[in-house]
Amino acid sequence: MKTETPNERRRFLLSIARGIGLSAMGALVWSAYVGEVKAAPLVLRPPGALDEAEFIKNCIKCGLCVEACPYDTLILARPGDNLPIGTPYFTPRSVPCYMCTDIPCVPVCPSGALNELSVSSYVKNKAVLDINKSRMGLAVVDESSCIAVWGIQCDACYRACPLLGEAITIEHSKNDRTGKHAFLKPVVHADQCTGCGLCEHACVTEIAAIHILPRALAMGKVGDHYIKGWDKGDEKRLEGASIEVTKTKISEKSALDSLNDEGGL
Amino acid sequence: MKNYRYLLLRRLTQITLLVLYVGGNVWGWKVLQGNLSSSSVLGSVPLSDPYAVMQIAVTGASLGMDILLGALIVTLFYGVIGGRAFCSWVCPINMITDSAAWLRRTLKFSEVQKRFYMSRSLRYWILGLSLILSAVMGVAVFELISPISMAHRGLIFGMGMGGGALAVIFLFDLLVHENGWCGYVCPLGATHSILGKFSLIRVRHDADKCTDCRSCITVCPEKEVLHMINRSSESVLMGECTNCGRCVDVCQEDALGFSIRSLIKQPKDKE
Repeated sequence: MKTETPNERRRFLLSIARGIGLSAMGALVWSAYVGEVKAAPLVLRPPGALDEAEFIKNCIKCGLCVEACPYDTLILARPGDNLPIGTPYFTPRSVPCYMCTDIPCVPVCPSGALNELSVSSYVKNKAVLDINKSRMGLAVVDESSCIAVWGIQCDACYRACPLLGEAITIEHSKNDRTGKHAFLKPVVHADQCTGCGLCEHACVTEIAAIHILPRALAMGKVGDHYIKGWDKGDEKRLEGASIEVTKTKISEKSALDSLNDEGGL
Repeated sequence: MKNYRYLLLRRLTQITLLVLYVGGNVWGWKVLQGNLSSSSVLGSVPLSDPYAVMQIAVTGASLGMDILLGALIVTLFYGVIGGRAFCSWVCPINMITDSAAWLRRTLKFSEVQKRFYMSRSLRYWILGLSLILSAVMGVAVFELISPISMAHRGLIFGMGMGGGALAVIFLFDLLVHENGWCGYVCPLGATHSILGKFSLIRVRHDADKCTDCRSCITVCPEKEVLHMINRSSESVLMGECTNCGRCVDVCQEDALGFSIRSLIKQPKDKE
């Protein structure tokens, strides 16, 4: 062991301090950039992808899913695409997901960012890949630009849907303007829609009137305050719910007392 | 030809690997698929970048078996055999930084330019910072800016604006600091310095044959590892040595050569 003079120790401590100072500055710039890049929610991921926040954590950006995709649907985000660099995504208007039954993109994932079990169903207690279980996004119809809603006959999205008659159904109503035609309005069912984007790809308008949004953006959430009282299955949803008590100024006392005391009467 | 033996071997290795990767995507070859972040060899054996896996691990992600196994295989390979060979034999940035260094030497920039001070330990600070930031931000932060992955992905899957990052590295190494990226900044290189610290294949120096021409020091991208030149006969043991073999190539006196590290500790100053 060398003996250290006070000056040497001083120099060592100062060099550490300089490192910490520079690191703090680097961290500021670096984290600001990363924060911006991460905040790009408008992106559609491959089948079986974890939730966006978890997906971003897990994906190692190797591109094996992209190489496995036989339709060149999946692309790795390039610098300049303004998406988290190197992560796989697809743009259904250009190339939708064609819903391969063997889902080649998922089992090759080495990191678990694409989860095989989330796109499997159990047949005789054995997990079998089932592309219909994928939830890549949700189709949303812009009724103002849908020509079927106008009354012009079109069922392109309905016909293109791989879950024909399940994920998109047609709602008929009478066209009072002509008196003898029907409106054929497409209705998307969120519990069936996989977000493959074949409908968006097939849509005949200049910019698709039906388009896929990430489910986190397209969907609301009922929460625990409402159930379908007529549906036994829906009650199950609340089995794990916790009791939530809100306290306002009025509810501090019992209902009767607080009514009687109202306004100092 | 002998003067370029290892250089040519390295270029051959780098280009062969690139062609195999590109073939994996474009023509569906099964030999080597994916990219340097994570690959699959012959469709079965996983290989993963240990540094990327480390960043993913600290985000708290549930790590997949394949990338864990892949990182283990790569760590063992470089840890036991290769040292920091990834940097000089595999990494695609090496060709860019080598050509910048060569141009810089040819144009004699270092003789005119005042040295721009950077510490060799900068890369270890960046390595540490990247792990802390990955944990805080919940995403592998170096992987979002890594010009190495950008270049490699770019060549396989399409470059986008990634060419800009490569141009910046080339210009930085050419105009700002000799071997600036690989020798001072790159945290992946720093990781490999640590992983390969105890590997078996090492350059060995024979001081008796040395004529102190200093050609080896001129070409070495990590000059501090050659501190023993003309002083003592010993192996280059510092983890920062990339095992590129340029010093072996340029040495006319056979005073440098690859050898297996002797596991028995040698007395230090054997004249």
